[in-house]
Amino acid sequence: MVEKSIEEINRKINEGNVNVVTAEEMVGIVGEVGAKEAAKEVDVVTTGTFGAMCSSGVWLNFGHPEPPMKMNKVFLNGVEAYSGVAAVDAFIGAGQLSETEGFDYGGAHVIEDLIRGKSIDLHATSYGTDCYPRKTLDTTLNIYDLNQAIMINPRNGYQKYNVATNGINRTIYTYMGSLLPNYGNVTYSGAGVLSPLSNDPDYQTIGVGTPIFLGGTKGHIIGEGTQHSPETNFGTLMLRGDLKDMSADYIRAANFHEYGTSLYVGMGVPIPILNEQLAQSTAVTDKDVVTNVLDYGVPSRDRPVIRKVNYEELRSGSIEINGKDTPTSSMSSFKKSREIAEELKKWVSAGEFFVNSPSQRLPAKATCKPMRQTTRNPLVQDIMARDVVIIDENATFHEAAKMIMENTFSHLPVVSDDGKLAGIVTAWDISKAVAETGCNYVKDIMTKRVLTSNATDPIDIAARNLDMKEVSAMPVIDNDRYVIGIITSNDISKLFARRR
Amino acid sequence: MMIKINISSNVIGEPILAESIIETRTALNISQAHFDSTYGEIIAEVETDDFKAIRQALESKGAKVTVLDHPIVRDEEDCVECGACISVCPSHVFSFDDEWGIAQDIEKCIQCGTCIKMCPHRALSLEK
Repeated sequence: MVEKSIEEINRKINEGNVNVVTAEEMVGIVGEVGAKEAAKEVDVVTTGTFGAMCSSGVWLNFGHPEPPMKMNKVFLNGVEAYSGVAAVDAFIGAGQLSETEGFDYGGAHVIEDLIRGKSIDLHATSYGTDCYPRKTLDTTLNIYDLNQAIMINPRNGYQKYNVATNGINRTIYTYMGSLLPNYGNVTYSGAGVLSPLSNDPDYQTIGVGTPIFLGGTKGHIIGEGTQHSPETNFGTLMLRGDLKDMSADYIRAANFHEYGTSLYVGMGVPIPILNEQLAQSTAVTDKDVVTNVLDYGVPSRDRPVIRKVNYEELRSGSIEINGKDTPTSSMSSFKKSREIAEELKKWVSAGEFFVNSPSQRLPAKATCKPMRQTTRNPLVQDIMARDVVIIDENATFHEAAKMIMENTFSHLPVVSDDGKLAGIVTAWDISKAVAETGCNYVKDIMTKRVLTSNATDPIDIAARNLDMKEVSAMPVIDNDRYVIGIITSNDISKLFARRR
Repeated sequence: MMIKINISSNVIGEPILAESIIETRTALNISQAHFDSTYGEIIAEVETDDFKAIRQALESKGAKVTVLDHPIVRDEEDCVECGACISVCPSHVFSFDDEWGIAQDIEKCIQCGTCIKMCPHRALSLEK
């Protein structure tokens, strides 16, 4: 049994004869000489990752203005920062969008601009108190004007991540990028072989107080991240680092089209090789890290698993989905991850960075629970009209007009001879038919590509579909395309009106 | 050569594309088309010799024709070489090189702009 102590490794770092390799290099070493010899030979293995970590932000302390103020609302370049703490502290989150620029600028951009030393406009308001009389404040400041700018990232460095694809017939825009229709592409995130937590999955050396590479400077792990789920190999980390020492080479703002902003965070963890087991776990390869391909086209928490996949397959450029070669895109930069592992290796080799025993281990038993919801989400079947009036496609538009008049519906689902949904006709279609001669039958004037809904769809999804397609009603159909109801934007408005 | 045809709302209901193709007997190789009730935009490839005729036909019917002579540009400062652009490109312009940096085969670019929306770092553009 090979056993080394943290003190022994730190002595070697101090003396300048420590043997540090990256997690990628460790694969070859363990393959060649075995875990036992590798544990003797190698002292530290460095990891690295660089990808979108939305759960990131910075605590800022602005110093007190004259007269003093308890800042209740704080905006930095138009992006709201949370200030429900003491008078002049605020937390700017990466995903918060600008009040004026929307998707174009967010908290992540403020953070990158601060690192780059750019001037930031601060706007703050307050209710005023005897001790903090000031009510409004506008100033311009940069990172050097702040007392503290401490990055605290509640959830970073996922052990591995879900892979995204899209089974529906339109492009969707997600935090995993643009997903083309009908499984047209696949996106993934994570550094596989270099992923910090995948290299020490039992958290033997990674825990509270572990020194790390964060954004180009030294930071620390301050605990497990939110949604930490070690039992499903989805461990996460909470990180801390000084923004004032960070570099825009390793902290970058990002925009996901039609989704929002996020922050690309570069982080790396050194793993001291204390025993054979650690030598073995740091020899993890892309092939060993297995994850699920999920259909993000299904707007539910429980997205269907399309298949299992490992990072080697993902990084080959394409994977097979339903018998078809589907191109893959990485959303995180492996090149940058490598740079980080190399940089960290340099720091340790040069005697500038030491390893530590965690003052507390990360929890090894925990899963991420879904939310407890005490109010039931209304479904389409709860508010849809069931006494829907349908019309045969061979009816004339006069008959359709009469039906609309008699029933005060403005939408009529149209069915074909077999009773299945064939189209939809509206009062507008009829007006058009009257104005233009030549179309006598419903089948000539109806809209054939009908947006439909299922009875068990949550209302939120039906509302979003109506809104996106700019229509005001959807027939509700069963699995055989028989019309069982209709839901209109009016029904949804009434539901929301009742709630208030 | 690649061209972009913009069709505004006042002529969106007219078959001006079909009429122009029939009139000039030009083979338009359409690679992208977006239409809604307010505008239409088409990206297509056309033989250089046929360009003048089809442009004249389309513009006489109210469309706007722009020559796309600048393939996609990647700003190396903004790009973090993640590879998000790789899977959405219909003509496989992007790939990883041996060092996991982004390699690009600009010759293949059809200037559809799909990759621009995909890039999280706004590193891609069709501007000069």
